[in-house]
Amino acid sequence: MSQAKLLDNKPARHHMGLRTSRLIGNSAIYAFLIIISIIWLIPFVCIVLQSFRVENTHQVGYIIPKKWGFDNYVNLFQTDFPRWYMNTFISALVTAALQTVIVLCMSYTLSRFRFKLRKPLMRLMLILGMFPGMLTMIILYRVLKDLGMTQANSVPGLILVYVASSGMGYYVSKGFFDTIPKSLDEAARVDGATRFQVLKKIILPLSKPIVIYTILTAFMGPWGDFVFARYIAFGTSAGMNVAVGLYNWLNKDQISKCYTMFCAGGVLVAVPVTVLFMCLQRYYVEGVTGGAVKG
Amino acid sequence: MKQYTDLEYLKLSRGQKLLYKIASFFCSIPQKIKGLFVGLWNLIKNAGKAIGSEAADIWTTFRDGDWKTKLSFFIMGFGNLARGQILRGLLFLLFEVVFIGYMVIAGGYWLSMLPSLGKVGPTEEYNLIYDAYVTTYNDNSFKILLYGVLTIFFIIAFIYTWRVNVKQNKMAEKILKSGKQLRSGKEDLRSLVDDQFHKTLLALPLTGIIVFTVLPIVFMILVAFTNYDGTHDGYYNNLFTWVGLDNFNTMLSWKVGTGAGTQSYAATFGEVLSWTLIWAFFATFTNYFLGMFVAMAINKRGINLKKLWRTILVLTIAIPQFISLLYVSKMFAKNGIVNGFLMSMGWIDQALPFWEDPTWARITVILINIWIGIPYLMLITTGILMNIPQDLYESARIDGANAWQQYTKITLPYMLFVTGPYLLTSFTGNMNNFNVIYLLTGGAPTNPAASSAAGTVGYTDLLITWLFKITTGAESQYYLASVVGILVFIVVALISLVVYNVLPSIKNEEDFQ
Repeated sequence: MSQAKLLDNKPARHHMGLRTSRLIGNSAIYAFLIIISIIWLIPFVCIVLQSFRVENTHQVGYIIPKKWGFDNYVNLFQTDFPRWYMNTFISALVTAALQTVIVLCMSYTLSRFRFKLRKPLMRLMLILGMFPGMLTMIILYRVLKDLGMTQANSVPGLILVYVASSGMGYYVSKGFFDTIPKSLDEAARVDGATRFQVLKKIILPLSKPIVIYTILTAFMGPWGDFVFARYIAFGTSAGMNVAVGLYNWLNKDQISKCYTMFCAGGVLVAVPVTVLFMCLQRYYVEGVTGGAVKG
Repeated sequence: MKQYTDLEYLKLSRGQKLLYKIASFFCSIPQKIKGLFVGLWNLIKNAGKAIGSEAADIWTTFRDGDWKTKLSFFIMGFGNLARGQILRGLLFLLFEVVFIGYMVIAGGYWLSMLPSLGKVGPTEEYNLIYDAYVTTYNDNSFKILLYGVLTIFFIIAFIYTWRVNVKQNKMAEKILKSGKQLRSGKEDLRSLVDDQFHKTLLALPLTGIIVFTVLPIVFMILVAFTNYDGTHDGYYNNLFTWVGLDNFNTMLSWKVGTGAGTQSYAATFGEVLSWTLIWAFFATFTNYFLGMFVAMAINKRGINLKKLWRTILVLTIAIPQFISLLYVSKMFAKNGIVNGFLMSMGWIDQALPFWEDPTWARITVILINIWIGIPYLMLITTGILMNIPQDLYESARIDGANAWQQYTKITLPYMLFVTGPYLLTSFTGNMNNFNVIYLLTGGAPTNPAASSAAGTVGYTDLLITWLFKITTGAESQYYLASVVGILVFIVVALISLVVYNVLPSIKNEEDFQ
């Protein structure tokens, strides 16, 4: 009898213990998640609050503004900010379109075709990737200057630089194409489709996630580019993008005048990009995850 | 070093195995170097053989070929035209005409100037009409170097095309002899969207890479052997010229300075390099483990609102880095919000030197980098964690393994197995992580002892930000920047090589089957 009782009780007690321990564990995790959420959100909350602060324009040690208003946003339009914004927006748009075509051409070819130079080509691009890209900036600047694509006309120059070498970033989308079964291609080829028709009618319809991922990352790149944009604008305000222009506002001699305006500009830049990103987040996650596993 | 037999090796613990792998890798370096030279020698030998056989093939093609083939040796595409392949023939012919035209008009000049990089710099002459000294600009070293390299590229392309032309003649003769038909121009065009489709697809991306990556890199490597800088810009003030290995000598000569700005480049380079490696190590692994931890916390069974937590974290990816990083950098400034908050709470009396003290600055950038990096790792590891077969955990629980044991015996090995290559790319990526360092600190605080000629060097400067400072600094020492660039390449390549040699063995060990 005692044995039967033991058998009866033990699972029950075990169950209870598991439940309480899981409850404690889970509340600890909730506490952890809430704390890191706060840490992650604080800078963004601060930047939004500061952009509405109108009692002064320099940096202060408190978060909540004493006087609220839209002055910083209004003042933005008296500066070159709209110009920077347009520069960035146009280059992001064009880059997204062209870069997507180039990256997809490259990755599709490397994934699907077997030709003599395929392996050497991939190795070459791996080695080229180990050189600091910044070095090429010096020569590209001088060449673009000769072509008249610097300073005030920096937008076409920037687009050219962003797009031209983008074929090297083929890894993620090649990983995606590798997962589409080759038997699909072969079946279509047997039915007499050309390679081009295979790409157009079979592969592209299946590639929506990776196309969106490529467009999204290509579009976001120019918003964050600082190095090339600064070098190519070379101090000419009309040729700057938002990153370069706003960076200059935080210089030692400007920060006391422009700090809150920087915050307002930052909000105006971040909101559309963030909304777009959040809408397409699913595709981004798929791309990032796939890319990392493939290496 | 002591060599273990297979049996002895298997008895070692995991840590010892790894150490043994690394030690044996380094002990095998002399062997490897020897292997490298043997490989190089074989390469030269094979290349020689290949050239020999090519030459023989060209000769027999010429000897045995008909008059159409023979004439094609001088007029490219003639054979194609004579045999009815109009499109191909015209393309070959056009290429030859363009090449010869280019060489006569410009290429010959650039090539002849390449050894000297220009002879006459800008000259000043008194001009009576303007009543002033007028400068005439003459040779342009920059253009000579650039177009010289371009011309060499063009010559190589021409030789290759010429060889293809010869080959095609041989093939065409063979095909016609066997009684078959040659491809028409229409079929050629059709093949570009069919069995030659890869050439069509690659044409644009590869042109871009060659012109905007390969050419600039070759150019910048060559710059390391010149004295190209702000005072020798090759056109407006002084010409620049070849200086051999002088720049490498300057860069690598060791002299530890005592006064301000007297430290030699080599010592500065050593300091910056060691911080770069420390930074890359911490930036990679703190993110990796903390990101994995956060992902596991969110994925844990019984945790609700998974999507909300992820979305909050992902904000740092969505918002352009220059905004978030610049803002965070100002938050930690002396009069920033963080210090303001701590002081208003009465926890500190005076501002903490987040960006002023070398050690504080270094720790702060690593901590802020965690803020930037965790979301990426969270996304990546979430996907992989879900792929771990759940029955592994089930059986581990039945065997009585606790959470920590499950983590170290199942989760971690699996993660390392899958993400090994990613860790390597992320390490080298962090070594060149320009944005985080430049936007957060700009390299500050400045290291006063570091050589002043190379631009101000700070305690948080990575090699890549230092390189940027050298090129944009007052003296614009491009030659020095390109030496640093070459050294960065060597370091990155070496690390990749070492890790790839150790990595596969780790992989096999952690095999799950």
